[in-house]
Amino acid sequence: MQSSVQLTESGRLKHFLTVSGLSKELLTEILDTADSLIEVGERNIKKVPLLRGKTVVNLFFEASTRTRSTFELAAKRLSADVLNINIDTSAASKGESLSDMLKNLEAMASDMFVVRHAQSGAPHFIAESVTPGVAIVNAGDGWHAHPTQAMLDMLTIRQNKGQFEGLKVAIIGDILHSRVARSQIRALNTLGVDEVRVIAPNTLLPKHVESLGVSVFNDIDKGLKDIDVIIMLRLQRERMQGALLPSEGEYYQLFGLTRERLKLAKPDAIVMHPGPINRGVEIESEVADGEQSVILDQVTNGIAVRMAVMSMAMSGQTEEQNNVNENRANESEGIS
Amino acid sequence: MKIEILNGKRLVNSADNAQNMSAQWVDFDRIEIQDGVIYSIDQSHPDFKADISFDGAGCYILPGLIDLNVSLREPGYTAKGSIYSETKAAAAGGVTTLCCTPETKPINDSKAVSKLIEELAQEAANCEVLPLGALTQGLQGEQLSEYASLKNAHCIALSNGYHPIKNLAITKRCFEYAKTHNLSVFINAIEDSLHKGVMHEDEISTTIGLQGIPDLAETVAVSQLIKLAEATGVHLHLSQLSTADAVAQVKAAKVKGLRITADVAIQNLLYTDEKVANFSSVFHCMPPLRSEADRLALLEGVKSRVITAITSAHQPHEAAAKQMPFAETEVGMSSIEFLLPMAMKLELEHNLPLTDFIFAMTQGAAQVLNLPIPQVVEGQKANLCIFDPDISYVLEQANILSMGKNTPLIGQTLTGCLKATIFEGRVSYSV
Repeated sequence: MQSSVQLTESGRLKHFLTVSGLSKELLTEILDTADSLIEVGERNIKKVPLLRGKTVVNLFFEASTRTRSTFELAAKRLSADVLNINIDTSAASKGESLSDMLKNLEAMASDMFVVRHAQSGAPHFIAESVTPGVAIVNAGDGWHAHPTQAMLDMLTIRQNKGQFEGLKVAIIGDILHSRVARSQIRALNTLGVDEVRVIAPNTLLPKHVESLGVSVFNDIDKGLKDIDVIIMLRLQRERMQGALLPSEGEYYQLFGLTRERLKLAKPDAIVMHPGPINRGVEIESEVADGEQSVILDQVTNGIAVRMAVMSMAMSGQTEEQNNVNENRANESEGIS
Repeated sequence: MKIEILNGKRLVNSADNAQNMSAQWVDFDRIEIQDGVIYSIDQSHPDFKADISFDGAGCYILPGLIDLNVSLREPGYTAKGSIYSETKAAAAGGVTTLCCTPETKPINDSKAVSKLIEELAQEAANCEVLPLGALTQGLQGEQLSEYASLKNAHCIALSNGYHPIKNLAITKRCFEYAKTHNLSVFINAIEDSLHKGVMHEDEISTTIGLQGIPDLAETVAVSQLIKLAEATGVHLHLSQLSTADAVAQVKAAKVKGLRITADVAIQNLLYTDEKVANFSSVFHCMPPLRSEADRLALLEGVKSRVITAITSAHQPHEAAAKQMPFAETEVGMSSIEFLLPMAMKLELEHNLPLTDFIFAMTQGAAQVLNLPIPQVVEGQKANLCIFDPDISYVLEQANILSMGKNTPLIGQTLTGCLKATIFEGRVSYSV
């Protein structure tokens, strides 16, 4: 449904806005490409020339340290020039519109925007309004999608479990406000896991959440049974306001991942968290740092996955521009 | 000015039985119009020399449409529209009478603003404009506006738009004071505390991560408003219902004999939240486009006359208002100009007979406003549309008269072409 904006006519990636609408083959290609790029990070000279001569603009309308840094490193390892722009949204809203700002940045001959925005759909809007040839990569929009996070999580799962078939995955926490969860659920189902469970109180679940292709558990002890992969979500402190939760204490008591609870999952289950972690709120410190935790692998994989989607989107744009130019040339020669 | 219309079909109905009206198209040879009224139908007047003659072959002649909820944007928001531009668009949509919302700048909570709107509308002379006065001062939901002055300045009813009323005690007093002055209240039913989203809350809002507005935001409010209307005896008109449950509640209230009417925005009859799945801001509407079950219940409500009227809920915007991430864009569609092609879409694709649409935008709307029932009969005010239902064309942005180009119909093939609108015996629009 949302795929047409981000794919070329031949079905290649030209923007990366959401995993929704992308095929299993394409998601697997992203993982394979990322796998092949992990090696770059282990070299003495950590560079490949895939984006040489290209300008990547990190356009962050929402604060982020980890995601922005890994995007920056990924672009630099691909030999691109990188411009980081952090925009305080309140300041932006006083002045020029988003469209005007983009036009100005395009005038600086940017080739790619990596966009994080508090509004769901903002990268879609930007992808529809930029000049052809400029690629948009979604670095997280509102509650909608965080596709590079989901793909780095998929890479981490594949490294640890070998395949997706037969896996049972539990996502625990604030699904309602989570772009990460939405993208993970979509990616896991496309890649063919056996079951995706969401575990949360009803106040943190969106309406008809089961329509995303998940089974719903209010009881973490029941939900963890037979689970291969546990994905914890960060609990934002502001959820105590607006009567979504009574207290961090009660949340931890009911949904916190402790060593005791971890024993309810399969013995070889892995524990993931997109970060930053609230120790003692959603996860016990010993679990976050424990043997089953792969949280730091996720960070390492983040760079490779971002290198993969950036290079794939850029080559999709190049392919499309070449087609356009070819057609123009043919038309002007009267061949068409 | 003398006008004649030759060889068409006119809508004839039995106005004495509004609930079970049977309307049918009856052939005529000649309608003569002079002095602002329908002078004669199929009578031979050799002396009648028409200044303008319309060939009505293949056309329907129907009463001018009455639109209960239109944002004219003036005074205050003239980048979006003006009284001249939007009444011109209304005429091009077949509308001869419209109610304009009080959400202007300054807000229409005073005689001065009402008079200004009236003067500008009379100058434009494209259609009759009946202002809705603000239910509360500044639409703040706290203090009563001066209803007597507003009525004196020809406000036809009162509305608070989508601005919340602070509490039920104030709503009750508004109703009591409106009843005192025999004014109807037009209420957009919302429970503000549940109304924080930007689209219908359902599977699609869950999938794309936009904050949803639950049905409850409307249905809880409707049940409270019906109780308050019953207690105060005011004529409550529920503007732009969007949920199946609200339709059921209105039906029950009508069965009970309460003086409650309701309308629906035409976009809620045509579209559902599916349209928002790609963050398409042209479909960012208020009330939100809801589920297919809601849409079907609204259509059924129109057919069964539980919903008395259809409105364009016309909201013209400048381009920039829709060029932002979805949640930041302004709500509403520019639609008054395309009412009849949209009605044809409803007939051809959604089984709503055109005569039901016409009922809702003529007789039904007139009942809400306590106006005489418009009909194409001798002696009636000459407010008429000449409409050819068979012509198809592609809508191009350059041909839109409204300043608001925010319609999803651009580039689409529309069926049904309004050839002319006659307002008070003059041609207010012709192709």
